[in-house]
Amino acid sequence: MDMKFTTSIPIYLQIMDEIKRQIATGVLKPGDKLPSQRELAAQLKVNANTVQRAYREMEVLGLVETLRGQGTFVRRSQAIVEETRRELLSRLVDDFACAMRSLGFDRGEALELVRSAFERIEAGEGVEEQ
Amino acid sequence: MSTGRQALVVRDLRKRYPRVEALKGISLSVPTGEIWGLLGPNGSGKSTFLKCVAGLLRPDGGELEVLGAPPSRRTKEQLAYVPEVENLYRWMTVSQVLDFTAAFYPDWQGESALELLEFMRLEPNAKVTALSKGMRARLRLITALARRAPLILLDEPFSGIDPASRERIVEGIARQFKGEEQTMIISTHAVGDAERLFDAVVFLQEGTITLQGNAEDLRSRHGKSINDLFKEVFA
Repeated sequence: MDMKFTTSIPIYLQIMDEIKRQIATGVLKPGDKLPSQRELAAQLKVNANTVQRAYREMEVLGLVETLRGQGTFVRRSQAIVEETRRELLSRLVDDFACAMRSLGFDRGEALELVRSAFERIEAGEGVEEQ
Repeated sequence: MSTGRQALVVRDLRKRYPRVEALKGISLSVPTGEIWGLLGPNGSGKSTFLKCVAGLLRPDGGELEVLGAPPSRRTKEQLAYVPEVENLYRWMTVSQVLDFTAAFYPDWQGESALELLEFMRLEPNAKVTALSKGMRARLRLITALARRAPLILLDEPFSGIDPASRERIVEGIARQFKGEEQTMIISTHAVGDAERLFDAVVFLQEGTITLQGNAEDLRSRHGKSINDLFKEVFA
């Protein structure tokens, strides 16, 4: 896992977000094993306690489960994947809406911009598809 | 994370030098299994504090409980202290430094030392005199990290070294930190990317604690990195 942190936001939240993103995009699938806490801490150059906190919070949220002596796994549940996708999606849309409002665009203008962005992408020009 | 025990308990610690009051009543409590950052500009009392904990300086007042007991020969044996000043014999080779250190401490882990040597990209046969300042800092760090010491004190491990060495040292600490059974206190006047190592930080200013707290809580409360907070407080 490769991540760039901004240290102005709690690091454990950013670790959670990255794992959620991987679950939502199918990089991590239900039943997949997460890296061990020690391993991930070394990789991200963070304190192992921070990774432990991220894993524990995700366990509480029901995203992952820890099996004694085996490690931490993405819960075997398609509902979890859907829910995570929806959560990330609504966050993106909210951010977009807030940004548009703060730039002084109204609903109609924002929707028009989204429509034309889609048209551009689907036509294969301009913005590159992810 | 914390197991409920305290690796270090300090109550109203005071230390006075002939011309300056270095510690003006410091109180804090470091739970076992955490990494704490002791942050402050030069002359704020960080080194004095660590020397008191290490049992190298006698405080003038207050109480210290290191690994559950007042500083003594026994607590000294249990902790690994890397001072700010260079303490290597310059005529030794890298592996002689490690053998020399190993001879003093029963908790030395020879295998970890070899792994760390490789990770820190140090040549065992190189003479200490041939090493750059950053390489010497990495070697000094190994002398502490290769021990199974329940308490590790690092005084300014990042100071005055090249960015590459600095990054290796941060990663080396993240890799080697044993959690649960181990506690670390790291002093620095240049927070930078070391902030990601800290469970909690203490800001020290002219011998007094001005701010202390869990690093993630401070980030979310102030919407700032520890580094920015540090710059703000000590501007």
